[in-house]
Amino acid sequence: MNKPTLTIGVTGLNAIDSPGPGVAVIRGLKEAASFDCRIIGLSYESLEPGIYMHEIVDKTYQIPYPSTGTDVLLSRLEYIHEKEKLDVIIPNFDAELYSFIKLEQRLRGMGIHTFLPTLAQFEERHKVNLNDFGAKYNIHVPRSKAIYNVNEAQALEKEYEWPLVVKGKYYDATLAYNFDQTKAAFNKISAKWGLPIIIQEFVHGTEYNVTGLGDGFGNTVAAVPMRKQYITDKGKAWGGISIADKQALELTNHFLQSTRWRGGFELELMKDKKGDYYLLEINPRMPAWIYLAVGVGQNIPEALTRLAMGWPTEPYTHYEVGKMFVRYAWDMIVDLHEFEQISTNGEL
Amino acid sequence: MKVKSNIAVSDNGFVFNPGSGESYTVNPVGLEMLNLLRKGHSHSEIIAAIQANYVADAAMIERDLLDFLEMMRQYRLMQHDDE
Repeated sequence: MNKPTLTIGVTGLNAIDSPGPGVAVIRGLKEAASFDCRIIGLSYESLEPGIYMHEIVDKTYQIPYPSTGTDVLLSRLEYIHEKEKLDVIIPNFDAELYSFIKLEQRLRGMGIHTFLPTLAQFEERHKVNLNDFGAKYNIHVPRSKAIYNVNEAQALEKEYEWPLVVKGKYYDATLAYNFDQTKAAFNKISAKWGLPIIIQEFVHGTEYNVTGLGDGFGNTVAAVPMRKQYITDKGKAWGGISIADKQALELTNHFLQSTRWRGGFELELMKDKKGDYYLLEINPRMPAWIYLAVGVGQNIPEALTRLAMGWPTEPYTHYEVGKMFVRYAWDMIVDLHEFEQISTNGEL
Repeated sequence: MKVKSNIAVSDNGFVFNPGSGESYTVNPVGLEMLNLLRKGHSHSEIIAAIQANYVADAAMIERDLLDFLEMMRQYRLMQHDDE
């Protein structure tokens, strides 16, 4: 049987210590059983390692930062589409999702498919709105408050116990054990990601993560729970293991059924000493460890692409428990002219 | 209480809890005790079986078995009989 060949644009090619999911997503796409693919990397910076991984990325184009607005992004995507005839784009950064969701219909009009949460879903699950989200969908969440001024954190000292979790609106989180530490974290994170900063109650327990895919109608297309075994100082998983946890999967199904989530996602969960789960965060895209899901039998990047194309997609119902991923760093040798080309022409 | 039914134990003493992702290693005596526990043997049967293979008195083996069970409980490797 002849497999169709799709041209897929993928962002998140930075494979640094806090890696983007792009390279892992591409590995899943390359292993897809139902289609072949040509990968177009979409990068923001010249040193994103995926740009130079020619064995998995066929061509890379730089795209403008989300802060430049959707018109600039659309214009760049039109140029790339003219050259490459993109079938699908898979954005992998929280910060760029808003733009891609906004452009979804216009991209569709150009023949480019995406499979993203709706703007309402994207906004609703935002860290800033987590309390309301938990109340609306009957999901345990730790108490949290979005603050715009560090002094607002002082008032929370009376309500919450130390330590507090200080979180950026898109990325970064740190524990603070006193007000001085809260202040330092507030300043550091807000300088990088802007305001508000989210102050969250700390839940003692064990952290679990679930990655999966919702079809937008309340059905679970894929779900794989993982426990981090080795974490970096940024709290990112450098090693993890697939686990069989009914409660985590039930919570995932409940999340998908009640929100009718559309697209890939990662749930960050904390199981406290009593065995109760708290939802700490919903990442509205596939995580950097998505290749573990592929490795245990659920090729989520493939299924997401099929859903984007409007192709019938059977839900995954099984995965292997006790499979680990161990991440590693790899130094690539790159010719200067390649760096020069992406830096000056924005293409490689 | 009994050992959780989904716990995987390899021949060389590697113990894996698929529910939590935690893994442990046990020494040969621990492995023997664990396998007997999983087969549903009583404490007195386990003590007798260990005593048959090792030079140790029953009181010492019983103390070690109870310590071992407590450790298993703390690591959430045990479940109630009716679960």
